Parts: sequence; structure tokens; C-alpha cells
Amino acid sequence: MSEQLLDAQGLNCPLPILKAKKALKDLPTGGTLRILATDPGSVADFQAFCRTTGNELLESKQDGKTYNFLIKRSA
Amino acid sequence: MSAGETANAKSMSIIVTKGSLDWAYPPFILATTAAAMGVDVTMFFTFYGLPLLLKKLDLQVTPLGNPAMKMPMMGMHMAMPNLVGMLPGVTAGATKMMKNLIAKKGVASIEDLREAAIESDVKMIACQMTMDLFEYKMEDMIEGPTLGGAATYMENALKADINLYI
Repeated sequence: MSEQLLDAQGLNCPLPILKAKKALKDLPTGGTLRILATDPGSVADFQAFCRTTGNELLESKQDGKTYNFLIKRSA
Repeated sequence: MSAGETANAKSMSIIVTKGSLDWAYPPFILATTAAAMGVDVTMFFTFYGLPLLLKKLDLQVTPLGNPAMKMPMMGMHMAMPNLVGMLPGVTAGATKMMKNLIAKKGVASIEDLREAAIESDVKMIACQMTMDLFEYKMEDMIEGPTLGGAATYMENALKADINLYI
């Protein structure tokens, strides 16, 4: 299944979460969304978002100033 | 999946009482984020929070009486003495400065957050008493909010997992 990309770089809380939620809604169950963000708060926020919504956080890594998340739509 | 689709969704109510540019943020940030996390959200707009439902927003922020408002400037943080804050034009200047910062830092505008709240089915209630008190009409307001009073809010709050007063 192809991976969708959401570029949330330069956006501040809560925009990366709101945009991710919107993008996830358009994915089929099992589909994956890659998110790029520069908001350091997004590391904790995407963990909390996934724990609460039941979606799976497959990856969370940092590449310089960019945070890179991979979420699988499970819920 | 919107919040309403989940039978066991948690719920939150927020009483919105303040309508300045800074105080408009917490209720809309929490409402939109909660909705994104599957929470059923109800916002009750009363007193100075009510104008946040007006079609055209003209939000302002003032440093007057707020010693905690220190704006970043040339690597420092600058507070404004009350005596300066009361001068004509200072509120407009502070508002402009805040809006520039908001745009520069990638923070959403209140208009955008409000739009996102409506899109994610956040329920909005306009306080009927405040509408009457300050002489607002429903046609002055955006599409979406319903009219209600304290009992309408209480019915929501009694069922809600989280109740906030902002």
C-alpha cells in the first residue's frame, strides 16, 4: 500500500496534529502516513495522539531539525 | 472518523468567556485537537467570548494590566509599562506585533482554528443571555452555532468527561 506524505514543517501546535488527522481520515485502514514536522512538541504529541486514537506510530525519528513520523491508520 | 461516529467517545465541554486575540487560542486549540483525537466537543460562548462567533473577527490584544506579556524583541523580552499601554494606538500596535509573530511562527489564525472546529463537528452554543445583553443577532454570527442557555450547557457538562472554563 502506498504511503502518503504530509509536510507539516514550519507549522506550530496544533496544526501538525490537525492536518495529520485530516490526512489519516482519507487513508484506507492499514494505510500509512509519513509526517514531516519541525515543531519539537510534535514528538510527544504524535505519541499521545496515536495512543489515544488507536492508530499505530510505526516510526518517530529526528533528522537534523526535522522530525519524521510514520503512522499506520489502524482505527 | 469524526467524534460522533464512535459510540463510546469521550466528551469535553469548554465555557469560552474571553475574546481577546491571546485568550481566543486555548479554547480553539483544545477543541480542535480533542476533536481530532475522537472527543465530542461542545463550546459554550458567553460574555466576551461570544464575539468569537461573529462572521468578521477583529481580535485585539493589549499589554495594559498584563505585566506577563513580554514580547520577544531583538533577542530580549520587552514588557510595556501600563502608562504606555494606555496611549492611543498601543493596543493596535501590540495586536499587529502579535499577529506578525503568529504568522512568522507558523501558528494558526483564530479564523483557521474556528473553521477547523466547525469542520470537525465541534458543537458551538451561543449564550442567549449574552446575545440579548450585548445586542447581537444570530445573523451576525457564522453558520453553525445554536442558541442556548445555562441549562443547555449543564446538560452537556453533566455528561462530559472534561469541563473547562476559559
